[in-house]
Amino acid sequence: MSALKIKKGSNSHSAYNLRPTFSDVEESHTLAVLVENEPGVLARVIGLFSGRGYNIESLTVAEVDHTGKLSRITLVTSGTPQVIEQIKAQLGRIVPVHEVHDLTVEGRAVERELALFKVSGKGDARIEALRLAEIFRANVVDSTLESFVFEITGTPEKIDAFAELMTPLGLLEVARTGVAALSRGVGLAVGLK
Amino acid sequence: MTRQMTGAKMVVQALKDQGVDVVFGYPGGAVLPIYDEIFQQNDIRHILVRHEQGAVHAAEGYARSTGKPGVALVTSGPGATNAVTGLTDALMDSIPIIVLSGQVPTFLIGSDGFQEADTVGITRPCTKHNWLVKDPERLAETIHEGFHVATSGRPGPVLIDIPKDVQFATGAYKEKTKGPKSHYAPQMKGDMDTITELVEAMEKAKRPVFYTGGGVINSGPAASQLLRELVEATGFPITSTLMGLGAYPASGDKWLGMLGMHGLYEANMAMHDCDLLINIGARFDDRITGRIDAFSPGSRKAHIDIDPSSINKVIHTDMPIVGDVAHVLEDMLNVWKSRGRKTDRDNLAKWWKKIDTWRSVNCLAFRQEGKVIKPQYAIQRLEELTKGHDRYISTEVGQHQMWAAQYMGFEAPNRWMTSGGLGTMGYGFPASIGTQVAHPESLVINVAGEASWLMNMQEMGTAVQYRLPVKQFILNNERLGMVRQWQELLHGERYSQSWSEALPDFVKLAEAFGAKGIQVSDPDKLDDAIMEMVEHPGPVIVDCLVEKHENCFPMIPSGKAHNEMLLGEAETQGAIDPKDSVLV
Repeated sequence: MSALKIKKGSNSHSAYNLRPTFSDVEESHTLAVLVENEPGVLARVIGLFSGRGYNIESLTVAEVDHTGKLSRITLVTSGTPQVIEQIKAQLGRIVPVHEVHDLTVEGRAVERELALFKVSGKGDARIEALRLAEIFRANVVDSTLESFVFEITGTPEKIDAFAELMTPLGLLEVARTGVAALSRGVGLAVGLK
Repeated sequence: MTRQMTGAKMVVQALKDQGVDVVFGYPGGAVLPIYDEIFQQNDIRHILVRHEQGAVHAAEGYARSTGKPGVALVTSGPGATNAVTGLTDALMDSIPIIVLSGQVPTFLIGSDGFQEADTVGITRPCTKHNWLVKDPERLAETIHEGFHVATSGRPGPVLIDIPKDVQFATGAYKEKTKGPKSHYAPQMKGDMDTITELVEAMEKAKRPVFYTGGGVINSGPAASQLLRELVEATGFPITSTLMGLGAYPASGDKWLGMLGMHGLYEANMAMHDCDLLINIGARFDDRITGRIDAFSPGSRKAHIDIDPSSINKVIHTDMPIVGDVAHVLEDMLNVWKSRGRKTDRDNLAKWWKKIDTWRSVNCLAFRQEGKVIKPQYAIQRLEELTKGHDRYISTEVGQHQMWAAQYMGFEAPNRWMTSGGLGTMGYGFPASIGTQVAHPESLVINVAGEASWLMNMQEMGTAVQYRLPVKQFILNNERLGMVRQWQELLHGERYSQSWSEALPDFVKLAEAFGAKGIQVSDPDKLDDAIMEMVEHPGPVIVDCLVEKHENCFPMIPSGKAHNEMLLGEAETQGAIDPKDSVLV
């Protein structure tokens, strides 16, 4: 893996769409933000959202290029089209931000989230939880005589649906990672070359 | 070639390599090694301020008046927190400054050590970027990168936090490299298709107006030159924000004066009625736009800005051009010339006729009568008696600031130092010190109100120590004039806490510091007082006692449109809708 050569905002699929369509309808967008992995970079991104009053619905971050010291932040945010454009432009202003991509606009993205569910129950409820987990292709990663921990991956909607079904069956605890997302195909690859 | 040296020496070496000739600062425990290095050399001059806020504003004044980055050096903890207002001010007005702060040694960070503060945490939202340098090997390159970030693209303040053990440690000094070493490389050239679209719109425009801002000044002297060429060639009227004054000369016949909340009638009316609005390096600030949904309702709008986030942030733009003002203006001129230098002359003449009717309203008219000096008159006389000088003007914040913007004329960029975005009372005096340090032979005047001026009055010590002949021209109305004005208009004339009953004797105050003090209250003696101030070779405080209840007009009240300006006292009754009183 080599260090990346990226010039912000200058590529053919730049996220800076400067001619927005004006609308009052709030939309949810998934953004991929490639940042230098330096101390405080996540605080800069989060501080931008709190300081300017934008929403964060989900945020995940991890280093994706160890040589180039680049991290990828996947952000789900919501707002009117103007607000979304402003969020992208503001993210682009942060000095250690290399690239900002709006996966919702640039191409249908694959979105996945991982979640762990702890469900406690006996008798029929316990059997029903196991049966539903199978339907959702959730794995059992821990089991005691009165509980399971299920591991499930999928879209946020799928995980919401699973949570809804588990609730009456003795759902105790949920841990979710937030969304990771990639655009489909090779045209819009962000980051690694 | 690498040279081994201590971190403290690297700091001084890096500043020298960046062409820094002066640093404004205040020592303390966590920066002693750097001060020791400063002691042992003569290339960089250190100006000892009396409060760290003064150091940062002085660095801003230096930067604004030279176009070069300003540098401030402060200690850890309170030294760094005192720098926060100046950093925020520089961020709002896009001023390139570098603040170097000391920090407790790396092994004490996080232990609530003496004079420890999370400086990078505190200053993260008020800098363009900041760094905590924990490794001496990275210190020099971080300082070089700091200068690059502060001065590239949309300029701004940066802070570099340097723990004391890093200042003592030895490492390899990295030279300043030529060419891009950073991924941070903002786009300079504008999109040619949009520039051509704008030129086409200019050829057809019946009622065009240029609306220019601080971006023209920040882009450098070439941008102001190109702007003048473009304005003269097209014959379009031009107005400017507070930050952009001087980019186009006030004596030019296309000049409409400043626009906005306290802008000129002709400028605001032209903005409201134009059919093509060309924003060059301004950001549609709320002081400019007034009511958003009634802002320049009939115009197509072009916006030239180096910062993509400025575009469509407040006002929808039809022709967005991201790029450096000078680069874009050059391309605009070339395209316009190559297409045959066309404008709609007939309609332009009609447009100028209309503008002349607005000009004839003479919105800045006032009457100087009786034995009390009107503040407008004081500024007008100051302008008249000093405009021939090699002159720099700074201001504090409030009514006097608006009167200075209205009644003084700026012929060149970098001659006007004022706190626009943040509106920092206490800015002007230290800024005048930074300006005077950069231009020792020039006449530097700080137009002040007595309340603002008192906020950083300790800098009198700095002015006297370094024999900086800064002129403090204080319009003393014994009031927080702008606060009082808003209380009159919005709060039933209940003047809550907006005056001081214990003002100092400014003449004695000047003398206590070893400077000259002049008091004037008689309009007939005003000219003599101003000339005495100008001719005195050292720092002077002029205590100019003015009318206490004067309001600043014209004024666009909160929540109103450009064509709903108030021109004078008679129109202020019920001028502000109760629902709009939440606006500032």
